[in-house]
Amino acid sequence: MQIDDTIIERMEFLAKLCLSEEERERAGKEIEKILSYVEKLNELDTDGVEPLVHILPEENVFREDIVTNGDGRDAALSGAPLQRDGQYVVPKTV
Amino acid sequence: MQGEEKQYETVIGLEVHVELSTKTKIFCGCSTRFGAPPNTQTCPVCTGMPGSLPVLNRQVVEYALALGLALHCEVNRYCRFDRKNYFYPDNPQNYQISQLYLPVCYDGEVEIALAGEQEEKREGNGNGAPAGAAGTGRKKKIRIHELHMEEDAGKLVHEENGDCSLVDYNRSGVPLIEIVSEPDMRNAEEAIAYLEKLCMLCRYLGISDGKLQEGSLRADVNLSVREAGSGTLGTRTEMKNLNSFRAVSRAVAEERRRQIALLKEGKKVVQETRRWDDTKGGSYPIRSKEDAEDYRYFPEPDVPPVVISREWTDEIRSRLPEFKEEKEERYQKEFGLSAYDAGVLTQSRHLAELFEKTAVLCGNPKKAANWFMGEVLRLLKERGREPEELWFSPEHLAALIKAAEQGKINQANAQKVFAEIVERDVEPLSYMKEQGLETLSDEGALRLAAEEVLAGNPGLVAEFRAGKEKVFGFFVGQVMKKTKGMADPGKVNELLRQLLGKTE
Repeated sequence: MQIDDTIIERMEFLAKLCLSEEERERAGKEIEKILSYVEKLNELDTDGVEPLVHILPEENVFREDIVTNGDGRDAALSGAPLQRDGQYVVPKTV
Repeated sequence: MQGEEKQYETVIGLEVHVELSTKTKIFCGCSTRFGAPPNTQTCPVCTGMPGSLPVLNRQVVEYALALGLALHCEVNRYCRFDRKNYFYPDNPQNYQISQLYLPVCYDGEVEIALAGEQEEKREGNGNGAPAGAAGTGRKKKIRIHELHMEEDAGKLVHEENGDCSLVDYNRSGVPLIEIVSEPDMRNAEEAIAYLEKLCMLCRYLGISDGKLQEGSLRADVNLSVREAGSGTLGTRTEMKNLNSFRAVSRAVAEERRRQIALLKEGKKVVQETRRWDDTKGGSYPIRSKEDAEDYRYFPEPDVPPVVISREWTDEIRSRLPEFKEEKEERYQKEFGLSAYDAGVLTQSRHLAELFEKTAVLCGNPKKAANWFMGEVLRLLKERGREPEELWFSPEHLAALIKAAEQGKINQANAQKVFAEIVERDVEPLSYMKEQGLETLSDEGALRLAAEEVLAGNPGLVAEFRAGKEKVFGFFVGQVMKKTKGMADPGKVNELLRQLLGKTE
């Protein structure tokens, strides 16, 4: 699959990234490589193979509905660049 | 057809988010208690710290299954979570763990009750009154596309004048169920009836408070219009921020008007998400069409899939309660209640169960219904309380009803005892004795009082005998006064008639 500038720009927008011209070119080539690698899988005959629901072999890993955590505020906010009244401060969103 | 006004049909589908009333969040052991100080119910999982691992709350799966089964859905034997990627500060992970490809339930349907045919045209009249009292009106089936589990986002508070927003992650990770309907509704009344039905199911299942006004149930309305008779769907918009039935009703009317106006001008409806402003009575676009592609969904690697066995499903199904409609029907058939009473008593599962137990215990369902329809509801209204807050023993109310029926206590005093039962769950018989509220059952004492009253008012007795029936009430009143209100008025009546007749 040809990865052109339109696709790269769309991906930049979705991932909120700003790439330089060189980075765009490199990213395009790398993504093309990844896609052709994945396309290789299409050559396999998957008739009669159950679809893989999940990559992990585990299933039904649950916890019971019991409160185990206490007040985690100070730990949560310890890495915040800005805080006020026990809350994270972020640039205004509206 | 020139000059003839085109007829338009509204097509509505709803996406409803139900906040579950689990004790803990969906992927961590943080409390979901409402109203805690900001960020005090957080941990590395629900604040999206790198390296933290989500572990699924079993109760969430069981609640989702219960609602799915109540909505007659199919259950996905293999169900999985997916990551929905988006950037916004209410979401500390930059993705929401949700379900896209293999939701827990799909392909269901639910029956809604609507008012009679003639009222069908009252679209968007702002009247959020419950539709279709039992037995009247028509019914309609709304198909359910799917139902999935996901996590809620945090809460943002925007400073009035400042240039920043404050973030509280207490709500981040609170479990939600999203129910997506098919576009089967045609007007506001149907949308509201559908919402009310979902609220009712949630409350009966005890999986959520199910209150639109308090945000435990949130509805997004997808709406499009098309020329009547057209088989294809028009372009839809998604309306957010609808916090009351009234807002849903008004938003439907306004969005229908807006879309028809665009089409009449030869313009196109743009597929977008809009936000309803209830004070302005209008909406404004908040973002253009978002493809699933934009969210770059992929399988959530940190949460293993959920395999739902037939046994598990059957077990959940066997625990489903009797729902409102079934109860309503049974109360009318078994207890001989009116459709109206049955409808009111089943508004809350807790109220219905209290009533039912009381009815069976006192052996007189109609009397019990009268008490609930009258005293219980009056007291709730007076004190601004919810039926869920009632905690008295049905045994106690049943004993009081029996005592009243047997004339052991008069109506006024029975109401006093009832208030004590509701407040403190007192045992009525011993309480009546203690407080001296029992009727004067001592026939001799009663007779004496009556005789005294008659002897003390010879003039009035003569008037009565001359045909002035009115004074009879005075005698009754005097006897009641003499017995300090403890006499059974029925008995006093009987006795007075007897005495007045005898001396003639």
